[in-house]
Amino acid sequence: MKLELRGITKRFPGVVANRDVDLIVQAGEIHALLGENGAGKSTLMNVLYGLYRPDDGEILIDDRVVAFDGPGDAIDAGIGMVHQHFMLVPVFTVTENVMLGVETTRGPLGQLDRRAARERIVEISERHGLHIDPDATVEDLPVGVRQRVEIIKTLYRQSNVLILDEPSAVLTPQETEDLFAVMRSLVATGTSIVFITHKLNEVLEVADRITVLRRGTVAGTTTPAEANREELAAMMVGRDVQLVVDRTPAQPGEPILEVRDLVVRDERGHNAVNHLDLTVRAGEILAIAGVQGNGQSELVEAITGLREPDAGDVLLAGQPLADTPRDVFEAGVAHVPEDRMEDGLIADFTVADNLVLNSYWQPPFASGLRLHGEAIVSNAETLVGEYDIRTPSIFNPVGNLSGGNQQKVIAAREFSRPIKLIVAAQPTRGLDVGSIEYIHRRIVAKRDEGAAVLIVSSELDEVVALGDRIAVMYRGRIVDTLSPEEATPERLGLLMGGAHPEDGEPVDLVGTAPAAGSEPSDG
Amino acid sequence: MTAAPAAPVMTRAERRLRTRQRILGVVYLLLAVGMVLAFGVSVGGDASSSFGLTAPTAPIALPNLVVPSATTAYLLAAVVAFAGAVQLTRGFGTRWAVVLGLVAFAFVFAFLTWVAAGQSMNLTGLLETTVQRSVPIAFGALSGVLCERAGVVNIAIEGMLLSGAFVSAVVASAFDNPWLGMLAAILVGGLLAALLAVLAIRYRVDQIIAGFFINILVAGLTAFLSVRLLQPYQNELNTPERLGPIAIPFLSDIPVLGPVLFRHNIFVYLLFGLIIVIHLGLFYTRWGLRVRAVGEHPKAADTVGVNVYWVRYSNVIMGGMVAGLGGAFFTIGSTGGFEREMTAGRGYIGLAAMIFGGWNPIGGFLAALVFGFADAIQSRLSILSIAIPSEFLLMVPYVVTIIVVAGLVGRARAPAADGKPYVKE
Repeated sequence: MKLELRGITKRFPGVVANRDVDLIVQAGEIHALLGENGAGKSTLMNVLYGLYRPDDGEILIDDRVVAFDGPGDAIDAGIGMVHQHFMLVPVFTVTENVMLGVETTRGPLGQLDRRAARERIVEISERHGLHIDPDATVEDLPVGVRQRVEIIKTLYRQSNVLILDEPSAVLTPQETEDLFAVMRSLVATGTSIVFITHKLNEVLEVADRITVLRRGTVAGTTTPAEANREELAAMMVGRDVQLVVDRTPAQPGEPILEVRDLVVRDERGHNAVNHLDLTVRAGEILAIAGVQGNGQSELVEAITGLREPDAGDVLLAGQPLADTPRDVFEAGVAHVPEDRMEDGLIADFTVADNLVLNSYWQPPFASGLRLHGEAIVSNAETLVGEYDIRTPSIFNPVGNLSGGNQQKVIAAREFSRPIKLIVAAQPTRGLDVGSIEYIHRRIVAKRDEGAAVLIVSSELDEVVALGDRIAVMYRGRIVDTLSPEEATPERLGLLMGGAHPEDGEPVDLVGTAPAAGSEPSDG
Repeated sequence: MTAAPAAPVMTRAERRLRTRQRILGVVYLLLAVGMVLAFGVSVGGDASSSFGLTAPTAPIALPNLVVPSATTAYLLAAVVAFAGAVQLTRGFGTRWAVVLGLVAFAFVFAFLTWVAAGQSMNLTGLLETTVQRSVPIAFGALSGVLCERAGVVNIAIEGMLLSGAFVSAVVASAFDNPWLGMLAAILVGGLLAALLAVLAIRYRVDQIIAGFFINILVAGLTAFLSVRLLQPYQNELNTPERLGPIAIPFLSDIPVLGPVLFRHNIFVYLLFGLIIVIHLGLFYTRWGLRVRAVGEHPKAADTVGVNVYWVRYSNVIMGGMVAGLGGAFFTIGSTGGFEREMTAGRGYIGLAAMIFGGWNPIGGFLAALVFGFADAIQSRLSILSIAIPSEFLLMVPYVVTIIVVAGLVGRARAPAADGKPYVKE
């Protein structure tokens, strides 16, 4: 099935998300839609899927104009979408999730025919090599398998065009390879795929054709044969970019952060962090790589006082780290949280107020019960200049700033005081290349001033670019620690997928002994 | 810092669990001591308790169940003490809830033995009253299941019950037809629910506040109308014909079960029918799958073409109709005339029953029976002369509610999108 978008324009109050976008997807091709976060990829696909109504332009299927009033119409027209955030009901089984909306029923009252649906799911999964247990409850399945459920959902609806929105964001490199194999098998049977991503390597590996979006408009269309990484990156951001961070070798000093035999449970009572040990020294960056959901968030929350550990110790410069986030802050720890809008900033507060969120109760910002407005304002004016925060005024709500500038507000707040340790989780998630460079430079500068830095990131590029040592976390443990030279993508990928550092076998997850090599060298 | 494989480390969570288990064990032991003292020692050694199982006129008559009062209490106390000892030392693991139920049963039976010491108590009558008292609570729970499974919290069940009680009394009296009264109650419940739905879904008003607004509105309006309208025209507007019991042939002749389940009025049979229909509907039909999807993850439902707003509106309105029907039970199904605030919090207890029953129609009904039992004991005991002040007896249903809500609700798992408005992008 051929799909064409012609002159699509979509405006939101104050922004034009898509401006006059043309896109042609031929039958049986993988068409990559490449662009930075905020370039308008998801908006465009939501228009195509009937979730948004375009302000201008038309959608053509096999050269006939169609209009979608909702996702139901798009599904009927043969379009299937795998959303970046999975649209699965956690407490339902695979079968229930797949059949929802197109239920097979028997009898006049719409009695569900689970058996018939189940058989079709088994048949589809066998045809495309998507191994799945149709009776499993979705909340018990790992992320990679949930994605398979989403793909089966679209195939069950006999979709001819499949939209994959950032499908590799939550996968290990090996799971990504499996996904690509499935994608190739699908296009071989005539399905078309729109593959949305911001990862250059993946585009070059799997796409037949590439369309690059920049600030809501098409920056160009090309093929992997004609393009290379650097050209695509330049098309995405509109200028030549530097993909490596300039820095000198680390000069590690005294141990600053020591985590010993730490156990942290998640909401469901599982050991998200499972007897983990690590050490970060002054003047070095320890980067933790790993697929999302392997306990990184819980580890960071335990260190920063946001979650109570169930066992083990966290030491800062040899002293036990206090329990509350405020004590942790006062001990000299900077925290760049994973979700900046949820945990880092208060969207409706001004830039100035957000810059003192972690210190407003102290002089010079307050004495007794009284806040000192002038001190808060002058602090904000200094930091906005120093950290190059682009905002119309320090009194603007921080929620109106771009993601990059929001992250700069957090960096300015956290780094502009004497600190011993930086804990940064996904510090550049969703940022444009310019902001990524900026944040990376700031982190390296703090390291050079003697701070210990712990970075948690699911982006391999970031881990390799920043880490003086690179630890891989898998199912709540550090399975191995590598030097940047040792950390090839293949090796990291295997470790992230749970392969044993020595013999390539999966790590023993049942035994209580930590995997070999889990100890950071203590000198 | 060599990696010593840790001896089984007990995490803080495990320690908390262990502590909680021990507390429960101590509570059981104290309970056993209390049972010995209160129900055993206090009655004479040779007193016996007699429980009536069938009426003398019943087609199949069973002899009364007679047990020695003190000995029974000691025996049951021993069972509870044993449970406490095991709980304290070994713990029951995941079966703790079953044991808790057993202990509660032992305690209640010992209590009844004490009450009936030296006299006779009609056990079948007690159970019959239990079913009667649980009817409005079960209707409330069912209404809550319909609304909350679709993701809308309905705290206005209390007001819907009260409005149903009022309207059915007035309409049934005015037209001399209880069936019309029942219909009117269903309609009014549906209307109030439509109001709640518009406030909660269209205008995204906080659902608790919207529900409370309806409760206050109904309480005030019915009280006002009761004084201004029902009192001056008592004969014309507040003397509805009641719907009498219908004995189901054969089934109603079964000893114990017959009178308890099959000798009620139409409300009880409608309730049984609705429970079965809604249960099957929710878990075995397309409608139910969509309703549950909307209550768990409305966006996921939306992306596969399910109309989230339609599901929510229709379910809330159906829930209101069920609650209105339950309200009619207070007047035309039970006492006849309307009295101010006669629902006395049964709507809230219905919500507690829904939670206790795990947002499940059958579970909600079983939970309603527990509350109904507490209510029935209270009303039975106030007839028998026993040494507990009646004010305390009146508290029993509410105390049971508080214990259930405080003790068990934290563990129950609500639909994930319960109470959260859905905003389409």
